[in-house]
Amino acid sequence: MKQIDLVIIGGGPAGMSAAVAAYESGVRNLLILERDAHLGGILQQCIHNGFGLHRFGEELTGPEYAWRYEKQVWELNIPYMLNTMVLDISPDKVVTATNSEEGIFQIQAKAVILAMGCRERAKGALNIAGTRPAGIYSAGTAQKYVNLKGYMPGKNVVILGSGDIGLIMARRMTLEGAKVHAVCELMPYSGGLARNIEQCLNDFNIPLKLSHTVVEIHGKERLEGVTIAKVDERRRPIAETREYIPCDTLLLSVGLIPENELSKTASVPLDRVTGGAVVDQDRQTEVEGIFACGNVLHVHDLVDYVSEEAEIAGKSAAAYIAGENAEKVDVALHTDGKIRYTVPQRITQKKAVTVFFRVADVYRNVTVKVKDGDNVVYSRKKPKVAPGEMESITLKPETFANAGALSFELEVQ
Amino acid sequence: MIRELTCIVCPKGCPLKVELENGAVMNVTGFTCPRGKQYAIDECTHPMRTITSTARTDNGEVIPVKTDRTVPKESMFDCMTEINKAVVRLPARIGDTVIENILGTGANVVATANMD
Ligand code: SF4
Repeated sequence: MKQIDLVIIGGGPAGMSAAVAAYESGVRNLLILERDAHLGGILQQCIHNGFGLHRFGEELTGPEYAWRYEKQVWELNIPYMLNTMVLDISPDKVVTATNSEEGIFQIQAKAVILAMGCRERAKGALNIAGTRPAGIYSAGTAQKYVNLKGYMPGKNVVILGSGDIGLIMARRMTLEGAKVHAVCELMPYSGGLARNIEQCLNDFNIPLKLSHTVVEIHGKERLEGVTIAKVDERRRPIAETREYIPCDTLLLSVGLIPENELSKTASVPLDRVTGGAVVDQDRQTEVEGIFACGNVLHVHDLVDYVSEEAEIAGKSAAAYIAGENAEKVDVALHTDGKIRYTVPQRITQKKAVTVFFRVADVYRNVTVKVKDGDNVVYSRKKPKVAPGEMESITLKPETFANAGALSFELEVQ
Repeated sequence: MIRELTCIVCPKGCPLKVELENGAVMNVTGFTCPRGKQYAIDECTHPMRTITSTARTDNGEVIPVKTDRTVPKESMFDCMTEINKAVVRLPARIGDTVIENILGTGANVVATANMD
């Protein structure tokens, strides 16, 4: 069996950035396995700009951002295999993969980084009444058609869900001559970035209907229209508000979930809230030597943050392979529900750690408090927090060195 | 008159308030950095946008492109018509000019991906 120090599963932004960081930390025997025919992952179809401001101080499109990392992978001569599907990862880090040249093959790795990204929630998961005609796509599928294949799925569009991909596609299809009649969002707030509501919807007078959903789909072979309705506080449609909109395309932008089928084969314990692995500050999962980063770990708002997290995983995997370790601690991080989750979920080493978290609802004038029992070890005021924006705080080692657990709480005034 | 905007210059999306008098900007509040203030002034006097799209290639595929600087917001659809007329000769590299000075805006349309 081939022996490789570090195998990275996925050659998107997370995988490439983890590989570069690991290389720069001294790992030379490494390999990226990528399912697609090119590196870059989903960025290749994200042709809009807004990437890289944080990382590179300039505004790049998705393919340009990907290129920054592809170039490094090439310049450093980091090996990668394309069109290669990983079938299984065992808990002792044997990676089984297949491609058309080598057939099925196995690699014994010292460390593995999971960087498979995320997928869109399936439309089948939506229980909308009516027929299932052609013309219903996830926003990401429509994005692939338009941006990679140059094919427009339709001319009259309704979008369900106000996630960023849906907003971006509203603008994209409008620019290509389609009429986007409405974006319906079940929640009373949008899950997308404020700038995307401004530049993708408001610029084109596309109505954002908050607290609205699609209640019925019409059409036999081809979509003919949808019925939308306002929902009450308990998210039940209000019958009197039903409104029919003729359309030939319905795009669904109802959220992303980490793609963890492979992690399960390695018995990596997952967090029920994030849908990704439970990790420590190094992004090491509960299975020793298996790390996770990027959208496979939790869905990020910005690719810049994916790269940043992947660097942590890459460096940590290098340290793990070299057998370096800081002083050990064991601190579990809990949340109060208003804070939905934290990443990492556990601190295992006595060094400064940045904890990322997401909140459950829009709250104003809040104080983020971190408690060790009744003792507040960290506190910070914020004018506003929202589910669409990941927050982070940095804890010094003194704050948790002697704690068994820390509780992350949100106090709302 | 007070106009409320969302700054689109970076993902932070600061909420801006612009005080206008007869179309002239008197005061801007809500920005976190100077780029936000400039955005608010531009947006209320001559709004500008970057266009990202795709152009046809000579082998019948599409290649992603963008304007290398912002163009007047009201020219977006006219620019799209021009972009959709263009045919890009392959191979193309990131930054290759596809349309020079599109509609006299001073912006070039450039490729944003490498294609062979
Ligand atoms: S004001 Fe500055 S920080 Fe705020 S959104 Fe605009 S560019 Fe970003």
